[in-house]
Amino acid sequence: MKHYEVEILDAKTREKLCFLDKVEPQATIAEIKNLFTKTQGRSLKDEDVLQSLPVGTTATFYFRDLGAQISWVTVFLTEYAGPLLIYLLFYFRVPFLYGPRYDFTASRHAVVHLACACHSFHYIKRLLETLFVHRFSHGTMPLRNIFKNCTYYWGFAAWMAYYINHPLYTPPAYGDEQVKLALAVFLFCQLGNFSIHVALRNLRPAGSKTRKIPYPTRNPFTWLFLLVSCPNYTYEVGSWIGFTIMTQCLPVALFSLVGFVQMAIWAQGKHRSYLREFRDYPPLRSPIVPFLL
Amino acid sequence: MASSEEDGSGNGSVEEKENGKKRSLGALATAWLIFYNIAMTAGWLVLGIAMARFYIQRGTHRGLFRSVQKILKFFQTFALLEVVHCAVVHTSVLVTGVQVSSRIFMVWFIAHSIKQIQNEESVILFLVVWTVTEITRYSFYTFNLLNHLPYFIKWARYNFFIILYPAGVAGELLTIYAALPYVKKTGMYSLRLPNKYNVSFDYYYFLIIVMFSYIPLFPQLYLHMLRQRRKVLHGEVIVEKDD
Repeated sequence: MKHYEVEILDAKTREKLCFLDKVEPQATIAEIKNLFTKTQGRSLKDEDVLQSLPVGTTATFYFRDLGAQISWVTVFLTEYAGPLLIYLLFYFRVPFLYGPRYDFTASRHAVVHLACACHSFHYIKRLLETLFVHRFSHGTMPLRNIFKNCTYYWGFAAWMAYYINHPLYTPPAYGDEQVKLALAVFLFCQLGNFSIHVALRNLRPAGSKTRKIPYPTRNPFTWLFLLVSCPNYTYEVGSWIGFTIMTQCLPVALFSLVGFVQMAIWAQGKHRSYLREFRDYPPLRSPIVPFLL
Repeated sequence: MASSEEDGSGNGSVEEKENGKKRSLGALATAWLIFYNIAMTAGWLVLGIAMARFYIQRGTHRGLFRSVQKILKFFQTFALLEVVHCAVVHTSVLVTGVQVSSRIFMVWFIAHSIKQIQNEESVILFLVVWTVTEITRYSFYTFNLLNHLPYFIKWARYNFFIILYPAGVAGELLTIYAALPYVKKTGMYSLRLPNKYNVSFDYYYFLIIVMFSYIPLFPQLYLHMLRQRRKVLHGEVIVEKDD
């Protein structure tokens, strides 16, 4: 039986999209379309072995240019170092931020010093986690992300820091009670967030890219896995709610809200990919908020 | 960019995308959209006639805004519905939202709230531009929905903007600029420190930022309209850079 060679070109640009070298004469167009999408759709992993791929003796690879890339680690370090430093500029009331008579003065409110400690702790924690805890699935992301992300983080940090460290800052309405409660929430959630990061790291051996279902460990903070797919995001939102209550500052509330929306979207995506990948995924879990979202 | 004719904010049943596919809507949705677009065409026509009559009778533009403001506010505010229509006609909610918001902003937060600028010539400029633009746009959608689009309306929709769009932007910017001194003097819509929310807002500086934002936004929207024009009127295949 004589086989056909089928060449598929792009109708607009005329470039060669696919070359099928052993097509049966009886093949229908539908079957050819199928063969075509099969050769296109399969995106390969670095670990794939040439012999195991469904190709004949000639393998054709399609190269897709993802555009300029930058490593995740670089992006994280840059986007987190910014808020750390920017907040401190406002805390120390560096010149040109407030009026000259306030330059290098200190706030007389204890909560302002506490807020600086918490904010700085938060971002130092993030930097250290980026360097020592996280295991990234992808090495890189598109370059333009760094501009987008840094604008977001640095912009909001400046906006929040300006008001919290302002000479006319108004401390929380319920005084010390409010601040103590807020601090407790903040610390609890920071510990929780860290516990989840460690648990996720331990799921994946060094240098590997395996994916497994995360489960609660002996650490009580990880028991949130029983109810939620992405408890790291849950705890993160909690931390920022704590910081909002502590500072009673509307820009902080807005930052928490925007962050929550973004993390909820990510959590939904992650939740859905867990469901797709694992048949036995625990049904009780919701993406980010227990039972609700 | 209140006077922009974003192709996408369509209330027509023809999706003017790259492939020109026609999407059919449900009968009820189509009926509503036809009614909506006829009503809006009529509304802006009435506004245009009211403006012309005022000018012919009085010979001046002073007091014109006051006399037409009710019609303007009604029909421009009603256009908020177009954001909802996006779900049905498959156009970008973001683009439509930005467009309608900028119109609402000009009408309510500039012209209505800052009465001292209502007799500026720049107000007449953008009112005339908006009127011509909207009559063209809504009648385009109406005829499209009824599948009887006369070429001259399509031509108008994709050519008028070349002049109208920059003219509208000029009218809006000049109006905002004229409003600045009054905003600074009264401190309107502003919140000062100290307050219990630990936030502040200065409407004066906000307006200045709005004016500067026209610089990156206007060229992008204008170029987009030019590309749409080339595609629809001349059938050119434009290879857009994938972002």
